[in-house]
Amino acid sequence: MPTVTLESQKNGTMNKAKVKSAKKRVAEEDNDQLPIFDKDVTEKAGEEGDEDLSDSEESVFSGLEDSGSDIDEEEEDDGDDEEEDEDDAALILDENLKNSSGAETSAEPKQQGKKTASKETRKMKKGKGGAIDGRGEKGLTTTFQGLATAQQGDEYEHDTSDEEDIRNTVGNVPMEWYQDYPHIGYNLDGKKIFKPIRSKDELDEFLDKMENPDYWRTVHDKTTASDIRLTDEQVDLVHRLQKGQFGDVNFNEYESSVDFFTNEVMIHPVTNRPQDKRSFIPSLIEKEKVSKLVHAIKMGWIKPRKPKERTPQYYDLWAKEDPNAILGRHKMHVPAPKKRLPGHEESYNPPPEYLLTEEERLAWEQQDAEDRKLPFLPQKHSCLRAVPAFSRFIHERFERCLDLYLCPRQRKMRVNVNPEDLIPKLPKPKDLQPFPTTMSLVYRGHTSLVRSISASPTGQWLVSGSDDFTVRFWEVNTGRCMKTLEVGGAVKSVAWNPNPAVCLVAVCFESTVLLLNPSLGDRLVVSSTDQLITSYEPPEEDKEQAVTWALSEGPEHNKGHRLTLTHPKAVKQVVWHGKGDYLSSVMPDNTSNLQVLIHQVSKRRTQNPFRKNKGLVQCVSFHPLRPYFFVATQRYVRIYNLIKQELTKKLMTNCKWISSMAIHPGGDNLICGSYDCRLAWFDLDLSTKPYKMLRHHKKALRGVAYHRNYPLFASGADDGSVIVCHGMVYNDLLQNPLIVPVKVLKGHQITQDLGVLDVTFHPTQPWVFSSGADTTIRLFT
Amino acid sequence: MGGLQKKKYERGSATNYITRNKARKKLQLSLADFRRLCILKGIYPHEPKHKKKVNKGSTAPRTFYLLKDIRFLLHEPIVRKFREYKVFVRKLRKAYGKAEWTGVERLRDNKPGYKLDHIIKERYPTFIDALRDIDDALSMCFLFSTFARTGKCHVQTITLCRRLTVEWMNYVVTSRSLRKVFLSIKGIYYQAEVLGQLITWLVPYQFAHDHPTDVDYRVMATFTEMYTTLFGFINFRLYQTLNLVYPPKLDSKAESELKAEHEEDYAMDSESYLEKLSALSASLARVVATAEEEENQLDLFPTEGEDQENMQAREKEQKEQEAQNRLFEGLKFFLNREVPRESLAFILRCFGAEVSWDKSLCIGGTYEVADETITHQIVDRPDMDKQYINRYYIQPQWVFDSVNAKMRLPVEDYFLGTTLPPHLSPFVEEKDGDYVPPEKLKLMALQRGEKPVQEDDEEDDEEEEEEEEDDDVDDEELTEEKNLKKMEDTRAHGKTLAVKVTPGKVKPWETGSVGNKVRLEQEEKAEEKRLAIMMMKKKEKYLYDKIMFGKKRTTREVNKLTAKRKAHEDAGKAQKKQKKAKKQ
Repeated sequence: MPTVTLESQKNGTMNKAKVKSAKKRVAEEDNDQLPIFDKDVTEKAGEEGDEDLSDSEESVFSGLEDSGSDIDEEEEDDGDDEEEDEDDAALILDENLKNSSGAETSAEPKQQGKKTASKETRKMKKGKGGAIDGRGEKGLTTTFQGLATAQQGDEYEHDTSDEEDIRNTVGNVPMEWYQDYPHIGYNLDGKKIFKPIRSKDELDEFLDKMENPDYWRTVHDKTTASDIRLTDEQVDLVHRLQKGQFGDVNFNEYESSVDFFTNEVMIHPVTNRPQDKRSFIPSLIEKEKVSKLVHAIKMGWIKPRKPKERTPQYYDLWAKEDPNAILGRHKMHVPAPKKRLPGHEESYNPPPEYLLTEEERLAWEQQDAEDRKLPFLPQKHSCLRAVPAFSRFIHERFERCLDLYLCPRQRKMRVNVNPEDLIPKLPKPKDLQPFPTTMSLVYRGHTSLVRSISASPTGQWLVSGSDDFTVRFWEVNTGRCMKTLEVGGAVKSVAWNPNPAVCLVAVCFESTVLLLNPSLGDRLVVSSTDQLITSYEPPEEDKEQAVTWALSEGPEHNKGHRLTLTHPKAVKQVVWHGKGDYLSSVMPDNTSNLQVLIHQVSKRRTQNPFRKNKGLVQCVSFHPLRPYFFVATQRYVRIYNLIKQELTKKLMTNCKWISSMAIHPGGDNLICGSYDCRLAWFDLDLSTKPYKMLRHHKKALRGVAYHRNYPLFASGADDGSVIVCHGMVYNDLLQNPLIVPVKVLKGHQITQDLGVLDVTFHPTQPWVFSSGADTTIRLFT
Repeated sequence: MGGLQKKKYERGSATNYITRNKARKKLQLSLADFRRLCILKGIYPHEPKHKKKVNKGSTAPRTFYLLKDIRFLLHEPIVRKFREYKVFVRKLRKAYGKAEWTGVERLRDNKPGYKLDHIIKERYPTFIDALRDIDDALSMCFLFSTFARTGKCHVQTITLCRRLTVEWMNYVVTSRSLRKVFLSIKGIYYQAEVLGQLITWLVPYQFAHDHPTDVDYRVMATFTEMYTTLFGFINFRLYQTLNLVYPPKLDSKAESELKAEHEEDYAMDSESYLEKLSALSASLARVVATAEEEENQLDLFPTEGEDQENMQAREKEQKEQEAQNRLFEGLKFFLNREVPRESLAFILRCFGAEVSWDKSLCIGGTYEVADETITHQIVDRPDMDKQYINRYYIQPQWVFDSVNAKMRLPVEDYFLGTTLPPHLSPFVEEKDGDYVPPEKLKLMALQRGEKPVQEDDEEDDEEEEEEEEDDDVDDEELTEEKNLKKMEDTRAHGKTLAVKVTPGKVKPWETGSVGNKVRLEQEEKAEEKRLAIMMMKKKEKYLYDKIMFGKKRTTREVNKLTAKRKAHEDAGKAQKKQKKAKKQ
């Protein structure tokens, strides 16, 4: 037997609680009692023929027929019987439930006592018939014992909710507690109610399900551990409840309503209460309110509502206008400017020249709306009829509105000056004569650009140094080349000794400064110069010098070479002192303090005046009268006192890069030319800043020069022009210096972006020489 | 060192300006209300001289208002009305939400409104001030009066604008103050001289507008609100000066004449009066019935010298003016259906003509097409079926050109179907060196009483001469420089050249004739000028260069126009020749 249970447990596909398995065990034990019970039931089957009929009908209806096709009568009866017994089972009937309980079709073993009791109840129930009505919902929860004890007649007899189930007195406890016992509770007499002895296992249940046609309407009752077969009425009830209908078949839910108050007027009132007194007497409070309103209206406090005047009323706003009335606002108010009036191009039929050509139209279309000169395209229409609406009309008006309230207004001072008035009134150049006006001579001969020129102190000769490694001597008046000297490099600078008693020319190329005696002019002077050089006696103790002095001899002497000063670095410029004994040379070098050297020719001495490097030296110059020395670095000009050996002044030129410098023969003024097209004019007595900046050249200045006697200075630049200026300084300190450009001299051709490279004045005449990159030297007189 | 440290931006220009947002906060207004207030009060932003200082060191782009302006706005009673309106809207919304319809009605009845009278008075203390600023108001009202009554703005605004513009036109007609008219591609410009002020306005052509989406109509509506108030007061005052009834009424005589049978067919009673007024065909009623026009003679004062000249000039001007005012007097015009009726009727009436039109076109036509006394019929179609012999059929441009020329132009150029001469803008006043289209020259000759020159060749000659002149003006500097350069070159090369003896061609100035002396002098002067220019200060040089650049640009433009014209005429001639050749 235990094996079977095991099997049943293994096979169990349906819902098998432990309770069930326990029940089965009991059922198997009581298996032999089954036939007796069966017989008992068959007797009753006859009585309930009508029920059976309905049963079969039900089974047909429920569609279980095919599953239980081979049902034998006996079993059917059995099932019937048992279900008859507990017909008021719990009404929870589900398809699942039906299936699951189908296995329990086998007759339930019952004790005799119990049996009789059940029979009694059944009879009672028969009497009740369809009395289980109106408690559909309740039926779901109530237990069947309620029905059994219910009595007819009493209104609440069906309501068994508070009554105890008298068949099993354990109460509403979980029946699992009785799982392990043979009984499931106690009856009213205190006797144990035993569980039915079942021989039902899974197989039985399955068979039952298959064979018992009433299986679907069988419900297992836990408290009595019996299967209950539901009657037709109960099934019906369940169906109705499932559909949401009333449980009672006879209940009419659509009863015609009867008004309590009919629409007919009755002769008698519903209530016969007499009316209040206050409904007859006028209200005092209201009276007070009304009288207040009336008073207010009388007094004119309240006015009846007037229709509002919507159209604006106009009147003479300026009847009492006061032209002097202060504006409500500040004085800075700027009235809105009027729109520009249209020109010919806006006409619908403009003259043909105002229409845009095809290219102009394309350009107009490609321009941004803001850049366009005209905000519209001029168009020509043959007649007024053909003129279309202007598509941007509203836009333009709107833009005007925006301008009016969004644009900051400003009073623009429109400069309404005559341009002629802007031009400064200068003295006429005619009144400032003499100055060079025309080009009179061109000195040709050099084959490369002429870097430097210098005139002899007598004004008879001119020396020029060029990149073609030659130095040429010219006769000023004829333009004849008197002498040509080949030197060993491109000549950077030449300088004629300013002392008329000495005939010496300093020439620098590469790292050499050469002192030449050109043997031109007065023979006495020439010979005395030679004597001067040869009369040198070396001092006893030979000092170490930065420069080696060498006396030229032989063929070189014949050529005119006298002294050769070999410098350690390339020399850029040589300058004579006014007395003609001292000579300065510049070796631009940003890294050492050896940039400027001062040589004394008579003693063949050389010294380096500076201990410190103050920047790349561009050019140097001696003061013509006093012992001052000017050194121009890139941006500043420093003036040193040679005797005190100190810096006296530092001039800020406001230039980016100084190219040249010249000092007035009086020593009061200084001009600086720069590569950034400026010429700075300094008054040394006044300030360290330029008194005047002239920007009259279009390109970099290369050379500047002062005239020795006349108040003239000249500047040559890369634009090929030489500009001569009149620069007059008055002794009267109150009168401003007069600086007037008097002549633009043009003549030099620009070659390789270089124009005029050097300018120098004739020492006595108002003539100016200029040397250019076009290999020529020109004389302007 | 003692003393409190001076804080930055607490003095000077930083305290004179206020940013827009701060101003808004100070006034406790929303941006829209602030904008409205600014428009109504005529407050505009200011550009500070040192933006960074005012902006407290920041360079962010901001709009600045003068603090004084904003303080001034603080006292404006309208600001309170704005707030009231805000509250009203809130209450109304609530009432709607609660479906309290009586409440809604009550609120609607008590809707807060405001008047702009005091603002107008404040912005324009005198009448002339107001009149001076009326240009924009006129253009705006004319635009709004052409709007369809469909939702872009209130219908009341549109009708009000229409009413005001009609009043204005009637005033101009009665006072005969129209001076210039111009048919542009944008619309029709009118210029009137009212109480000595030149007032110009633009009226769009009568077409339905397609309303652009990128235009804020609220801004325009606010402007219009202000303009209508201003305009109404101005109209009132103007009518007063002419002794006219305001709001305008038609003459009783004219009214009876205009009593058409089918009046009610044309417009509703409420509108027909305005329509009649806008027809402009009848004169207006006066407060005191006076004789037509009393000529107020200028008192003559004994004057001397310049004053006398001035007086004479003034008198001459006045005479001209009177002549212009009677330009079309005695003429009878009939407008065809296709011409813009309102503008033409307005212009013709302004100069004393009688105008009529087809009954179906508009109310107020006084005589029919068949009237034998009609002198001119204005037509804008290529051809007419039925033509009367005793009248001119002319195109509308004739009227406009005649008004601008201040004389009746010969009608031949404007006949039916002829190619019209170009329509010139009367607003252009050519200065020296500006381009003058040849048509204008012709017109000026006509005005002087000269006979129009017919020969093409002469014209051409004239033009050519002109061109030469232009060229001279244009390249004055250039040529100067060139000449100088040449001179110098020759001088520079003078000596070297002298070696090379070239036959013939003696340099003219070397011969020493009088002309050459002059030339030499000129050159000298030019050089002096150039040298002086070199000595100019940087600032002045900049300015000078700018001026010269501007001058050059104008001359360049003039040259371009003349060249274009010449090319056009050449092309025309070539075509004519071709045609001739073909004919032959």
